[in-house]
Amino acid sequence: MPPEPAVIADRYELSVNATMRVVEDAWIGETLLFVLRERLGLPGAKNACEQGECGSCSVLLDGVVVCACLVLAVDAVGSEIQTVEGLSASGDAADIQAALVRGGGVQCGFCTPGFVVAIYDLLRRNPDADEMAVREALSGNLCRCTGYGRILDAVRAVQRARAS
Amino acid sequence: MSTGSTHDARGAQQLRVARPATLDDALCALREMPGAQLLAGGTDFCVEVSFGSRRPTAVVALRRVEELRGHDIADGHVRIGAGTTYAEMGRGALASTLPALAAAARTVGSPQIRNAGTLGGNVATASPAGDTLPLLVALDARVRVRGAAGERVVALERFVTGVKRTVLAPDEVVVDVVVDRCRGPQEFLKVGTRNAMVIAIASVAVVVDLDARAVRVGLGSVAPVPRRCASAEAHAGEAIDWGRLWASEAALARFGELAAEACSPITDHRSTADYRSHAVAVIARRALERCIRHAT
Ligand SMILES: Cc1cc2nc3c(=O)[nH]c(=O)nc-3n(C[C@H](O)[C@H](O)[C@H](O)COP(=O)(O)OP(=O)(O)OC[C@H]3O[C@@H](n4cnc5c(N)ncnc54)[C@H](O)[C@@H]3O)c2cc1C
Ligand code: FES
Ligand code: FES
Repeated sequence: MPPEPAVIADRYELSVNATMRVVEDAWIGETLLFVLRERLGLPGAKNACEQGECGSCSVLLDGVVVCACLVLAVDAVGSEIQTVEGLSASGDAADIQAALVRGGGVQCGFCTPGFVVAIYDLLRRNPDADEMAVREALSGNLCRCTGYGRILDAVRAVQRARAS
Repeated sequence: MSTGSTHDARGAQQLRVARPATLDDALCALREMPGAQLLAGGTDFCVEVSFGSRRPTAVVALRRVEELRGHDIADGHVRIGAGTTYAEMGRGALASTLPALAAAARTVGSPQIRNAGTLGGNVATASPAGDTLPLLVALDARVRVRGAAGERVVALERFVTGVKRTVLAPDEVVVDVVVDRCRGPQEFLKVGTRNAMVIAIASVAVVVDLDARAVRVGLGSVAPVPRRCASAEAHAGEAIDWGRLWASEAALARFGELAAEACSPITDHRSTADYRSHAVAVIARRALERCIRHAT
C-alpha cells in the first residue's frame, strides 16, 4: 500500500449515521463536536464543557463511546460516527429514551442525549450490568438536575423490560 | 523555517493532516511537515486546542499506526504499544499481568476518556498526575522512541525531565514502553475528590517482587516528576518477613512515613502540600498492606 501523504485538512468526508457528509472550509483544529453541531446541523451532541468532563457530547466512534469534544474531526475520517440522532432515527435507543422520559430522568434535558448514547453503549455490551457497572459506565456523564437516582432507575427499567 | 502548512494560489494558508497506517509513514509525514503535532487519543490535545493553548498548523494522527497498537507479554518482559488505550490496559492478559497498571487505568477520567486516551499520550504529556507513571517508574520502564535519526530507548526516569517536559524531540514518536515482568502482587492507589473523573492529588504504585525479595515504590502528583522512594523500598525489603509475606503494623506505618518524606509536594488548587504528604503516607502504607495480605 503506498504511503498516505499528508492532505489539505480543510475539506474531508465523514461517515455520520451511515451517511457520507462533506465538510468544507474547515479549520484543522475543529473538534468532531463542533463539526457535528455547527457544520453538519446535528445538535444532538451537546456542548457543555469542551474538556471531556461532562459526557454531554458522547457519540460512538467505530462503535466505541467517546467524547466528541475530544476527537479532532479530521481524525474521524474513515471511522463510522453514530450520534444520538442516528440512534433515534433507527429506534435502537427508543426504549432508553422512553424510560428516561417516563421515569423523570429528564429535567432540563441538556445531559440527556449523552446519557442516551452512554446507556445504549453499556446495555449493548453488558445487558445485565449490575448497579456498580451501571454507575461506573455512567460516571463520565454529568447531570446537574436529577441527582442521578431517576436516571439509574430508568436504566434498571430498560434492563427489566428487555429481559422479560 | 518551513512549517507544516503550504499556501494555495490565493495565498491562503493550507493546513495539512496525515493519517498514516505505519510508523515509517508517520515519521515520513513528520519530516515532510516540520512543526507538525502528533495526535493520539486527543484527550489532552483537543482540550488544549479548544482552550486556545495549542494551535496546530499540521497534524500527524497516530491512531491508525499498526506498530503502536497492541502489546506482547513475553517470559521476561511486557511490551505495551504507545497506542494502547486505558480501556485496553484494563482488560485481558495485559490487566492480569500488570494489575496495578489496570488499576491505574481504571481510575483515569471516565469510560469515554479511557476509550480514547493512550499510554503514549500519558507518557508524552508527562503530567506529574499522569496515572500510568507511578507504576512505570516503579518497574524501571523503558520508553522506546523513534525519529529521523533512528531509534533510542530511554529509561522513564530520564524520559520525564520536569512538569510536562520530556526528552522527546519534535521529530520523534513514542513507539512503546517495556517493563520487566515481576512475580508478586502489586497495587495502585490514588487520592482525589471523587472516584471518577479526578486528577490525582497523590498516587502511589507498590510492587512486591517475590523473586528479588524487594519492594518497589512509585509516587505520583507529589513532585515535578514521578518519583521512586529508595528509603521506603529498602525499609520494606528488610522489614517484610518474606517466608510468610508479612510485616508488622509498625513496619507498615514506617513505610508510609518514609514514602511521605520522599515527596516534595506543592500547594495548588487541588490540595495543600501538607495534605499531599499525609495522603501519600496513608496510601503507601495501605498499598503495601494490600499487597502482602493478598498473597497470604
Ligand atoms: C476529562 C479528562 C480526564 C482525565 N483524567 C485523567 C486521569 O484521571 N489521569 C490521567 O493520568 N490523565 C487524565 N487525563 C489526561 C489524558 O487522558 C491522558 O494524559 C492521556 O493519556 C493522553 O493520551 P491521548 O492518547 O489522549 O493523547 P493526545 O491528547 O492525543 O496527545 C497528548 C500529547 O502527547 C503527544 N503524543 C501522543 N502520543 C504520542 C506518541 N506516540 N509519541 C509522541 N508523542 C505523543 C501529543 O503530541 C500531545 O502532545 C484526563 C483528560 C481528560 C480530558
Ligand atoms: S462537552 Fe464534551 S465532555 Fe463536556
Ligand atoms: S436534566 Fe438537566 S443536566 Fe441532566
